[in-house]
Amino acid sequence: MTNTLDHKPEIIKTSSSKSLMDYRANSLWRLTLRRILKQKSALIGMTLLGLLVLVAIFAPVIAPYDPIQVLIGTEKIKQREKPCIHLLGCPQDKPQHILGVDGNVRDEFSRVIFGSRVSLFIGFSTIGFAIIVGTLFGSISGYAGGLTDNIMMRFMDVLMAFPSLLLAITIVSFLGPGLQNALFAIAIINIPIYARVVRASVLSVKECDYVAASRALGASPIHILIQRILPNSLPPLIVRGSLGIAESIISAAALSFLGLGAQPPTPEWGSMLGSERNQVFTAPHLVFFPGIAIMITVLGFNLLGDGLRDAIDPRLAQRGAE
Amino acid sequence: MTQYIVRRIFLAIPVIFGILVVTFSLSRMIPGGPCRAILGEKATQAVCDRFIHEFGFDRPIYVQFGSYMVDVLKGNFGESIRYSRPVALILIERLPMTIELGTLATILATLIGIPAGIISAIRRNSAVDVITMVLANMGVSMPVFWLGLMLAYIFALLLKGTPLWLPPSGRLSAGMSLTPFYEAYGWGVEPESIKFYVLEFIANHYVLNSLLTANWVVLKDTLTHLILPTMALSTIPMAVIARMTRSSMLEVLGQDYIRTARAKGLRERLVILKHALRNALLPVVTIIGIELGVIFSGAVLTETIFGLAGVGRMLYEAITARDYPIVQAFTVVIAAGYVIMNLLVDITYGFIDPRIKLE
Repeated sequence: MTNTLDHKPEIIKTSSSKSLMDYRANSLWRLTLRRILKQKSALIGMTLLGLLVLVAIFAPVIAPYDPIQVLIGTEKIKQREKPCIHLLGCPQDKPQHILGVDGNVRDEFSRVIFGSRVSLFIGFSTIGFAIIVGTLFGSISGYAGGLTDNIMMRFMDVLMAFPSLLLAITIVSFLGPGLQNALFAIAIINIPIYARVVRASVLSVKECDYVAASRALGASPIHILIQRILPNSLPPLIVRGSLGIAESIISAAALSFLGLGAQPPTPEWGSMLGSERNQVFTAPHLVFFPGIAIMITVLGFNLLGDGLRDAIDPRLAQRGAE
Repeated sequence: MTQYIVRRIFLAIPVIFGILVVTFSLSRMIPGGPCRAILGEKATQAVCDRFIHEFGFDRPIYVQFGSYMVDVLKGNFGESIRYSRPVALILIERLPMTIELGTLATILATLIGIPAGIISAIRRNSAVDVITMVLANMGVSMPVFWLGLMLAYIFALLLKGTPLWLPPSGRLSAGMSLTPFYEAYGWGVEPESIKFYVLEFIANHYVLNSLLTANWVVLKDTLTHLILPTMALSTIPMAVIARMTRSSMLEVLGQDYIRTARAKGLRERLVILKHALRNALLPVVTIIGIELGVIFSGAVLTETIFGLAGVGRMLYEAITARDYPIVQAFTVVIAAGYVIMNLLVDITYGFIDPRIKLE
């Protein structure tokens, strides 16, 4: 009883000071950011990705070897040697290879480390391209409406009718294997997703009063689209983009695994896995570690995307109710 | 209901037409033209000119597209360059494998994914929920080809000699063979007839065929060979379905009618299974439809890893060997199959949610 009485003034004090701060910080982005930071999965995702970005930036410092250097002649070491870590009792006179040595006698650890650069590049470039083109398609389609909208959306339906990896494989098979063509194919198969997201938000905002006001003031359609309408499609684009990067990294790894994407000696996780897949019974470490690297990266983007969606969704629901 | 189904079918027609346009244009975009792609880089100009004329590549593009459409509708996909056999025949041999694998994976993913999601939602924030969702998050982030290789390593090598050992490749053990059911029944079938094609297509479903001929040894053998690929292929869809079921159930469980159902003293089991689940199922069915595409894509990788002679592996081999008739035909068939699957999913909506028909 006394306890509650003692604490009462304190509670009032903190809550009142908190609400004041809330009042000052009531910007949309601020509120969103706070909600994101409350999402456990977004935090874990951001931590994983932060680490990954650091690894990618400092790859030359972390990696003990050049990822494409063949170690024949420089060290006494055999093809596909098992991991050797000095701290875990590997004899000191043997050279240390934390994740072992691959089929071409290259340091697997250095290759996995440098692989993070390739995968991050793949994720951001493909989805970046898909978002830009998708936004263009989606906004034209949504803003123009009518026949243009109908034709463009039916075309997107057709692209989505293909199982995504299959379409990517087909495109690459006609363009020829290689990382660039694989990236292009993955970007293409992702365009419909973003076109639909942008079109939906253009349609919902197009009829709003503030857009009508802009038009009444004589703003050009391009100005209205860029300044008034598109900012509203940013939140869903960011959420979908984060999940999209995860999918894109897996697709690119799958293409490389099949030999259609990154070509040797590029240290790409999927192609590292693919080139050693027949050795899975004799040298499982060469399959295990690149796969774990892919999983951690994809997990990071997935968690971030989930967290962002949960953080942003309330606002979307609110807007829908209006 | 009939009207609803008919409308859905009509909506699918333009998409299938679009697929034909896309595959047709892709085949015309081969670098170096069809002649060099088929006859090889060293083909001389004279040889190419004759080839182009013979196969009608010098006709106007709309005429070519027209004859392509007619061929596809007749099921005439031309001849494989590598095998010198009709592509339709190869499809009949390969498609059943993929259908069996895909069906089993879909069933497994649904049978485990939905209950896992329901339990997670009912016991929200409990240890069961946390573990299920951590596993589901890992499941959606795993590359299927890595999972397949790891499963093969664990079950075929580490567990060698134990009863848990599973074969890492192939459809049947060496020495096993299977009589097509129509031969076992003594049906006389003329080769090359449509009836033969249809029966052969059915007979190439090994599980089905061994059931029809009551050959339990082969049935057990082919099922054992399917376990690892099915596990690999179903993991990602399973994780997605579990997550979707959980979030959909959580949303429904907060509705007023659930409170009403509980307030009138209904047993919890009935509340969950009848009142909540049926309403929560719609987004789950949608996601299963989307995941069918993931399963098709995954089949290419899974079949490659487990050495299964299915559509996916054939397609991959055809691509690397530049066997364009196969690539073209298989792409059309898989995309059309995907459209039809999604059509079926759309029709299931009508059964789950009677309100949809009225739209």
